[in-house]
Amino acid sequence: MSFRPDHEIHKRRFGRNVGIGLLLVTLVVLIFGMTVVKITEGNVASAIAGNQSID
Amino acid sequence: MTDASAPLPALESEAEFKDFIALLKPRVMLLVVFTAFVGLMAAPVQLHPFLAIVAIICIAMGGGAAGALNMWWDADIDKIMKRTQKRPIPSGKVSLEEAKMIGFALSGLSVMMLGLATNFYAAAMLAFTIFFYIAIYTVWLKRSTPQNIVIGGAAGAFPPMIGWAAATGTVSFESVLMFALIFMWTPPHFWALALFTRMDYENAEVPMLTVTHGRKSTRKHIVVYTFLLAALGGATILSKLAGPIYIASTILLNIRFLIDAFRIWFRDEKESERDSFLVERRFFKFSLFYLFALFAAILADSTLSRLGIWG
Repeated sequence: MSFRPDHEIHKRRFGRNVGIGLLLVTLVVLIFGMTVVKITEGNVASAIAGNQSID
Repeated sequence: MTDASAPLPALESEAEFKDFIALLKPRVMLLVVFTAFVGLMAAPVQLHPFLAIVAIICIAMGGGAAGALNMWWDADIDKIMKRTQKRPIPSGKVSLEEAKMIGFALSGLSVMMLGLATNFYAAAMLAFTIFFYIAIYTVWLKRSTPQNIVIGGAAGAFPPMIGWAAATGTVSFESVLMFALIFMWTPPHFWALALFTRMDYENAEVPMLTVTHGRKSTRKHIVVYTFLLAALGGATILSKLAGPIYIASTILLNIRFLIDAFRIWFRDEKESERDSFLVERRFFKFSLFYLFALFAAILADSTLSRLGIWG
């Protein structure tokens, strides 16, 4: 059985896909941010300015 | 890419994103997030703001995972109880398998991320909380003893301790006090709910106090536990958690909570049925406000103390 692309089921799946996509982006941002904070030992601005050397 | 030629599943079985959110018990999550946040902020050690946000998200995720696993295990009784019939699994929107997979996946992810963001002590505590809520409360106690809520309440009481541990890497007297406040608050909160949901627990054969010891005994238990909670709230005044806002709040909140608890005790079933359990419903709603307000007071005092205004 086939159905048209604008079927109700597509709307639901689209909503789910967008939601999961946003969650994945959030996860990437969190892990990236966490990594930056950890490797700069919290001095992110200072590290960006090149004032901190990482041993 | 969506396969348009795929067989059309029954619409009821195709979950929307909001159904997966509902699976994580967002209202419970709100309480978890807030109390964990207070634990984290009241701690004497300050975490980097970004790591603090990650820690709170992880604790919320862990709470949500526990909620999903709870719905997975309790799907059979959720179907029977009116209060839970509209949950995603009994209403046919999310399958048991999906709920189980989401629950386990989020459990693992939240614990690992919390460990990486803060420390593995906090992560172990989060893992234990999920284990306690699922294995000890949901699987074991809930269907076997009227003490289910009393002991199982510990699961909901851990978040401020996890928040505190995320910042400090330890357990302290203050974090145990925050745990104890939620632990003592849980039984009267749920027993009031059991009083006005009436036959729900009986139909589902869940041995709540209302079912095993009767409704009159439950009313007495509410008073006793509310009194113990008030005593604990009072004793907390002597700790470092308390400042002027906490002292004023705990006095006012506990007076109001105790008055309502006594009103529940003095009522009989006929009186309650006549006004559709008005006092019991009000007590339940106020109990939610009580906990938020008490923890907001702890947060306010610790913030003002940190700003050097007092304390």
